[in-house]
Amino acid sequence: MNTPLRRVSLVVMGLIVLLLGQATWVQVVKADEYKANPYNQRVLLDEYNRQRGQISAGGEVLASSVATDDRFKYLRQYSNGPMYSPVTGYYSQIYGTTGIERSMDSVLNGSDDRLFVRRISDVVTGRAPAGGNVALTIDPKVQRAAYQAMVSRGYEGSVVAIRPQTGEILALVSTPSYDPNPLASHDGQTQRDAWQALNPTSGDSPLVNRAISETYPPGSTFKLVTTATALEANMITPQTPVTAEPRITLPDSVTTLENYDGERCGPGPTVPFSTAFTKSCNGPFAQLADQVGADRLRAQATAFGMENPNLTIPMPVAESSVGDLADGASLAQSGIGQRDVRLTPLQNAMITATIANGGIPMQPHLVSQIQGQDLSVVDTTEPDRLSRAVSGGTASTLTQLMIGSENGGTSGGKIPGIQLASKTGTAEWGSAPKTNPPHTWYDVFGPVPDPQVAVSVIVEKGGNRGDDATGSSVAGPIGRAVVAAALQQGGR
Amino acid sequence: MARPAQAASRAGRTGGPGVAPAEMPADRTALRPAVAAAVSTRRGIELLLLAFAAVLTTGALVLVEANQNQQLTLQLLYLGLAYLALFSAAHVAVRRFAPYADPVILPCAALLNGLGLVMIHRIDLALALRASLQGNPAPDANALRQIAWVALGLTLFVIVLWRVRDHRTLARYGYTAGFIGLVLLALPAVLPSALSEVNGAKIWIRVGGVGIQPGEFAKILLTVFFASFLVAKRDLFTTAGKHVLGMTFPRPRDLAPLLIAWVVAMGVLVFESDLGTSLMFFGIVLAMIYVATERSSWVVIGLVIFGAGAFAAWTFVDRVQTRVAAWLDPLSDPTGATYQVSQGLFGMATGGMLGTGLGAGRPELVPLSSTDFIFTSMGEEIGLIGLMALLLLYCLIATRALRTALAVRDTFGKLLAAGLGFTVAIQVFVVAGGVIGLIPNTGQAAPFMSYGGSSLVANYVLVALVLRVSDAARRPAAEKGRSEPGAAPTPPRTPLAEAHTEMVSRSEAATPPHGNPVAPATPPRGRARE
Repeated sequence: MNTPLRRVSLVVMGLIVLLLGQATWVQVVKADEYKANPYNQRVLLDEYNRQRGQISAGGEVLASSVATDDRFKYLRQYSNGPMYSPVTGYYSQIYGTTGIERSMDSVLNGSDDRLFVRRISDVVTGRAPAGGNVALTIDPKVQRAAYQAMVSRGYEGSVVAIRPQTGEILALVSTPSYDPNPLASHDGQTQRDAWQALNPTSGDSPLVNRAISETYPPGSTFKLVTTATALEANMITPQTPVTAEPRITLPDSVTTLENYDGERCGPGPTVPFSTAFTKSCNGPFAQLADQVGADRLRAQATAFGMENPNLTIPMPVAESSVGDLADGASLAQSGIGQRDVRLTPLQNAMITATIANGGIPMQPHLVSQIQGQDLSVVDTTEPDRLSRAVSGGTASTLTQLMIGSENGGTSGGKIPGIQLASKTGTAEWGSAPKTNPPHTWYDVFGPVPDPQVAVSVIVEKGGNRGDDATGSSVAGPIGRAVVAAALQQGGR
Repeated sequence: MARPAQAASRAGRTGGPGVAPAEMPADRTALRPAVAAAVSTRRGIELLLLAFAAVLTTGALVLVEANQNQQLTLQLLYLGLAYLALFSAAHVAVRRFAPYADPVILPCAALLNGLGLVMIHRIDLALALRASLQGNPAPDANALRQIAWVALGLTLFVIVLWRVRDHRTLARYGYTAGFIGLVLLALPAVLPSALSEVNGAKIWIRVGGVGIQPGEFAKILLTVFFASFLVAKRDLFTTAGKHVLGMTFPRPRDLAPLLIAWVVAMGVLVFESDLGTSLMFFGIVLAMIYVATERSSWVVIGLVIFGAGAFAAWTFVDRVQTRVAAWLDPLSDPTGATYQVSQGLFGMATGGMLGTGLGAGRPELVPLSSTDFIFTSMGEEIGLIGLMALLLLYCLIATRALRTALAVRDTFGKLLAAGLGFTVAIQVFVVAGGVIGLIPNTGQAAPFMSYGGSSLVANYVLVALVLRVSDAARRPAAEKGRSEPGAAPTPPRTPLAEAHTEMVSRSEAATPPHGNPVAPATPPRGRARE
């Protein structure tokens, strides 16, 4: 029986060889694929033991890792946490990461290919591998002005400021905000308590980044897009007479649409279009939207950057959309930014910045530089021109209309000697649109003729004015304060 | 060190008992009883290898502590000392009770056991850390409990070596062993789930806080039973039936024992939801029948009926279906059904060729990382290279046991050693193959490494039996007389190369089923000369 014994020995060796082969398959051939699988938490978890790069803006360090003497070696700390948390996000062992912490993770944890040479030198010199740094386009004084303006009044909403010529995001504010420090704590209980206090499952949670993750009906600020469409189609000039009636009947229906407070747009049967724009009369814009048609309106919105589910700054931005535009009635309502039109505050700022930049949208971005551990520059973001949204002539006409709108408004905060161009919006929302306090918008850029900043402000639910709130009275002063901060010399 | 003559000992190593008899014209112990006294016991080598295992284990432990950024705690000292003390005691017992036993098997088991302890300790640390992060009380340290199990296992190891002075006495208890083995195998299926089910597999007997997997002990008892049964009934299995495709098939009526084994295996699969035990049990039976009969037809029949049964189980048993689906696509449901398997694969992939280093990975992310999935924990932290070394250690244990089977002269010993060696191999194949994605995952303990008392204790008993057989295989004739005073005087031996093993069978067949091969009336040493 020795022959079968030897054969059994061979079978045993064969079984072991099969195991060796399969182990090689898993650990060598498929290793990279498995390792990179999003469900593999190890790569993320390993990073808690390494020094993560810092996030800075305008010379201020917003987030950094400091050495500790506990098991995790480094603690993530945020200076001015609530002011910058919509940008930095949080870095939690239990709850994961968001914001720049998530989007620029490969740089911050040191695994990004652009840091490759440095990693090699780390190995050679025996230095502990550390992450690269991320410098942001945020201008601290603009961010501070925007955040203080919102918080001091107790407003919920968002402010986004963009430099029109480059697409650099100068401010990205979402209120109410939260402090990311306790979420980065090494104490599990601290993390859990902080998380629960933020009411994470609620749509109103401070964890929701209103600037990029939330979409709102844009109200009258969307008249910029409707007007741009009509101007591009040569269907209108500022002098074109349009209806002055306080209410119109929507096309294909019996529903009527009325102006704010049911006011007439002018004493006669018609007014010039520029007057209708200044007074933001709803009737003419609803008719205009119906005239240009769904296809052109949607195309124009897309040219401004809407209908794009893949926009990243580098955090992913929720898609802004004009909605279905199924029939004439919905098209007319969409023309004044109601119905199913939904924009992120960032998208509204992009539209404003595009007009300020003579019709050319610039790719919005938050990261200005990627730096090595020693702050040497590894990569710099170059401004990225997107394809022209409207002609220079249209942009210039829109600017003139917006100047008229700004100068016609009465609310406070005007900056002496500086000409701004703006459009307000007061948007009804929710299931009880007539009784909910409206969302108030203010899109502004300035100074004309050389705009340095474009801002979009939204104050949710009427701020502190309730049902009487308008874009002009509530959001306007905040927008002007932000522009004023951006125009201050020095600092940056 | 009992090594009287260097030259002789070297010759002994090159012409060891495992080498094929035909190529071994000079097995000293057989050919030249005159030099028998000079045969090395090789206990020195065993001690050296054990010391090497201790060094590796301690080094691994130090690495874990360093990477976990801890000081050298007192616990570390206890673990290292306990390990050394336990295996020194085992070595002394082997020296005393089985001086000619194979010197490689125990150190291999000790090294696997030591590295397993280090990994269990390492996962203890990780789980304690996770518990403190989540604000839960720290779980009990499994490593200390496992050391208690090692102590118990080695105690049984010593007892087996001490009480079983000749493995052939076990043949007398063949049917008893078979009966108890079957009861142990079937018991969890009959018991209520509260007492027998853990993680969906009904393979436990839980009394109080202590759980026992009776299947681990059943595999040894059933191996003993099958060895004695096959020795007694070999002609039943070798009676020729039809010739098909060059193979001699048995007569249908002789298939009964195999069918009974098949029914038992299927019962385990269906009622205990345990593909691992089922596959292992049936694999061992097949291997032993094949060794006893030299007929590959048995293997063909066995594989066909097992395949059919497994297919039927896959069709009708949900749990088997789940596991097969998880095997075919381990990434199909990484947060649900395939969470464990996929996390294991992620761990191994993250470890890659060289591993993350002991204590530097995240093996605790895999559920049951210190028991069923210890292979992936090892693969993650010591890499492909380390995992291969571990698998080769298992290969060494199994092949040394099979080599013992080649060398030993009595049929029962051959079948016992072969069965036990194959048990280790197929268990490793089932466990490791399951967690690394070669076969559907089954949930079994890796011999010597995994946390769990039943497996550890049972496998040390297994090693003790193999050492007992290997001691008999290498023991010089002169010593045999001394150690077995009751046995008849040893007749002169035929060279292995000329020994007709077929003749053994006729002699065995002549022995009554319950006959005692050691009985003085039929001295087993004389059989080959008939």
